[in-house]
Amino acid sequence: MRTLAELEAVFDSPPPTADILAAAEDLLRASEEVIEHWVTARGEVPTEDQREGFRLLALHRQGAKGDPSFNACRETCREVVYHYNLVTLEPEHSDITDRLYMMGLVSKHLYLFISGKLQVAGLGEFCCSSKPIRSASESQQP
Amino acid sequence: MTTKDKYKKVAYYPGCALEGSGHSYNRSTKAVGKALGLDLVEVKNWNCCGAMEVKNIDPKIQTYLSSRVMSTAANEMDMDVVMAPCNGCYHNLKKAEYDLANDTESAEVVDRLSKKAGHKTYESGQVETIHALDWIKEAIGEDGLAARVKNSLSGIKVANYYGCMYTRPRHIFPEKDQGPGSESTSKPHFMDDLLAAAGAENVDFPLKTACCGGAHTLSDSDMSTKLVLNILKAAKLSGADVIATECPTCHSGLEMHQIRAEKTLGETVDIKILYFTQLLGMALGLKAKKVGVHENINDSIKFLKERGLG
Repeated sequence: MRTLAELEAVFDSPPPTADILAAAEDLLRASEEVIEHWVTARGEVPTEDQREGFRLLALHRQGAKGDPSFNACRETCREVVYHYNLVTLEPEHSDITDRLYMMGLVSKHLYLFISGKLQVAGLGEFCCSSKPIRSASESQQP
Repeated sequence: MTTKDKYKKVAYYPGCALEGSGHSYNRSTKAVGKALGLDLVEVKNWNCCGAMEVKNIDPKIQTYLSSRVMSTAANEMDMDVVMAPCNGCYHNLKKAEYDLANDTESAEVVDRLSKKAGHKTYESGQVETIHALDWIKEAIGEDGLAARVKNSLSGIKVANYYGCMYTRPRHIFPEKDQGPGSESTSKPHFMDDLLAAAGAENVDFPLKTACCGGAHTLSDSDMSTKLVLNILKAAKLSGADVIATECPTCHSGLEMHQIRAEKTLGETVDIKILYFTQLLGMALGLKAKKVGVHENINDSIKFLKERGLG
């Protein structure tokens, strides 16, 4: 699993004009890794299962278990999958560069949302869904 | 009484934001209501809904604060419906309604605090809480709106941005996801429907319910700026001229961080940001000033004039 900083670099990279399919695969994989960070921070092992053919959706479901407000990124995960399909099913489409760029923006939103939750130290209130993790972290401090 | 008739006269709960940074939303909501012949009766002596701040400290105090608003509407004003245009207020009143119906401990706390404060305890089900989108969609409908349009929004491409609190969590919105005609929690469309009825062209916008970073705009402004910048870029890439909003927190966040992104990240995204009520108001023939466009931070007056609006 790449670090959050490495993942941010992936999302900040300009969309390539060649090897579109590989770029879409990497964005999907990087999105999975973002949720792996969340799941791991909760002390769980990231699932290898798939839902509707995608591990990302299974990981989201795992991340939301016991924390319904994590569903704030459910649609974002589904949009990542939608754009992955859009890119990979029509790689010759005239709008392919824009479609890949949009997949990158949607993936980056997932990254920003979840990485923000994980920045416990010095962050203060991130949002309602970060509270359980922050509380657990604070209770472990001496 | 039909829903359409019931929504023609509602208790109006503007909430704190609409008296401050979201004043143009307040102005435009009232102006649209008047233009459509709908009656808004402001909740007497209303208080904060508890917002995020109180909820993070003690959720039951938030439930009480929201219940007091509903109690006033039901017991002191004899109203059946409370309309809250702010997503935060709308969400909190719905959450309080759910908690009071399903959590005995919350009901006991609310009863104790209500007695201490000297007002009647709100009983679950006394009022129905709706959003401004429900209000116009149900009381007027797309056909009714289309028939009243004087200045079509034709030619304006809109990305409808609903934010994260309008549909989440699903269980506090039992009226949503009820099939044709009802709002969807995964793909909300009421704002799309209303603006399309007024002639606008809605674009396919993948971040319509994504987080704007509003809850941490003070504690981590850089993260909020990045989230907003991403939303602005995605809307622009979708082909939109305008982002339509229905939440004062989202709206002011988009406006302020649009500027902050320019200053701190050197990234400029040229896109207009308007409340859906401002767009509807101008479609109904109201002047831009009447719907508070001059109160927005994002300057869209030239853009609107070029399209014969306002």
